[in-house]
Amino acid sequence: MATGPARKGLLVATFSTLLVAGAVAYTVGSSPAWPEVQKAFFDGRYFSTSLPAVAEAFTINVRLFIIAELLILPIGLLIALARSITAPALTPLRIFATAYVDFFRGVPSILIIYVLGFGVPALQLDGVPKEPFFWALVTLVLIYSAYVSEVYRAGIESIHPSQERAARALGLTRVQALRHVVIPQAMRRVIPPLLNDFIGLQKDTALVSILGVVETFKQAQILKAASFNFTPLMTTALIFLIITIPMTRLVDHLAAKDRSAQLGGTR
Amino acid sequence: MAARARTHAPVLELKGLTKRYNGRPVLDRISLSLAEHEVVCLIGASGSGKSTLLRCADLLEPLDAGSIRLNGGRVAYEDRDVDATRRKLGIVFQGFNLFPHLTVVENVALAPRVALGLAPAAAVRRAKELLKSLGLAEKAHEYPDRLSGGQQQRVAIARALATEPKVLLLDEITSALDPVLVAEVLETLRSLAASGMTMLIATHEMAFAADVADRICYLEGGRLVEEGTPRRIFGAPRDARTREFLRRVRSISGGRRAPGR
Repeated sequence: MATGPARKGLLVATFSTLLVAGAVAYTVGSSPAWPEVQKAFFDGRYFSTSLPAVAEAFTINVRLFIIAELLILPIGLLIALARSITAPALTPLRIFATAYVDFFRGVPSILIIYVLGFGVPALQLDGVPKEPFFWALVTLVLIYSAYVSEVYRAGIESIHPSQERAARALGLTRVQALRHVVIPQAMRRVIPPLLNDFIGLQKDTALVSILGVVETFKQAQILKAASFNFTPLMTTALIFLIITIPMTRLVDHLAAKDRSAQLGGTR
Repeated sequence: MAARARTHAPVLELKGLTKRYNGRPVLDRISLSLAEHEVVCLIGASGSGKSTLLRCADLLEPLDAGSIRLNGGRVAYEDRDVDATRRKLGIVFQGFNLFPHLTVVENVALAPRVALGLAPAAAVRRAKELLKSLGLAEKAHEYPDRLSGGQQQRVAIARALATEPKVLLLDEITSALDPVLVAEVLETLRSLAASGMTMLIATHEMAFAADVADRICYLEGGRLVEEGTPRRIFGAPRDARTREFLRRVRSISGGRRAPGR
């Protein structure tokens, strides 16, 4: 049973939410062209006819982001480690890793998709695949490995240097100290921001439609072009939300748990 | 000098250790050697160089000048096999620095398993024996943050002993503890000294130093000002700086027992 003040807070929250939602609904609904807009974007008939095709095409997106995520997890970590190398002999590796991250984080994804997806197959090199799905995958892996490596790096750097020093003092090598002491602790901290990046990746699978991969967004565009109605695009949006909203909530939950663990712990 | 210091070969020899930070010397030509089974206490104000001396002796930092010998062989931070050398030296830090993601027994078993290459079962067996000897057997499967400061510091001691070091270096390991918890950690050190462990101890606990040390070294401004038996250093310090330091320590130690009064 909610106590007095908590119950009052709940009432206020419910009331203010309803008030705002009602105001928005009224403003949109009373606009002069709402009936036309509703028919163009939110037509129930087009929704139900587009759903099977759009949902089926979404399996391409799912395949794309699952394979990409499995590749990004180790590649991002390797790049992060390459950037934190201090050995002078391996400086070129560090410079390359830094340049890689700067480039792929700094150029708009859509340009990279164009250049790699159309440019590389156009070279007609022997043995280089031409399938749009392959290049879509390569592009997403390259871009998101750069983002994820930064997440890993932040996590590794958030572990206090005294931890690595304690491990080195026990006679562990630098690599052993990273593997057994630093990285396991960093992993726990990076899970929420890592999932955040994966939400971004899942949405960006729609970008590869420009290469001609018939994934859910491309499928919706095809249906839109055939019917002159935008509803199939809304169907796609809904499918994306079904995937991303639970993941967003999971991120919030993990982040909150991490915060309370850090406040409660004596480390 | 203590009798046992003469009868055994030196285990750790520090010669002319010099270390500068931004041109300012923090260690200035310090020479010091530890015989087997000897316990040497470093005393001095904060910033006198005690911690730096221990970190340099543990090969955790490069030297600007000087040399270190372990069991007669020259060792250095720059050595290719410096990790192997560090296994023969144990160090315990003021801030415990236990690994929070590992249980107590995993903390202690990590170095034997990873650095010494023991089989996991053998590493755990060794860890459990050490924990038992330090009275921590029932805490083996707890995480460090569930333990008191004194217990955590004793786990850190067990962890440092797990590679069977020739020398144990201890850096003000009771400074971060409640006065009540200090006693249990000092008790652990007393029994280690009694078991013949060679130790170099930086400490602010003068009564403890007087009680357990074979030799006391007074450091000031990165220099080894004076060394001698506890009786002599606390009873009849020769250098004016040592006398001044001990006078100040006694004036602030209040109700706590201070030696040589």
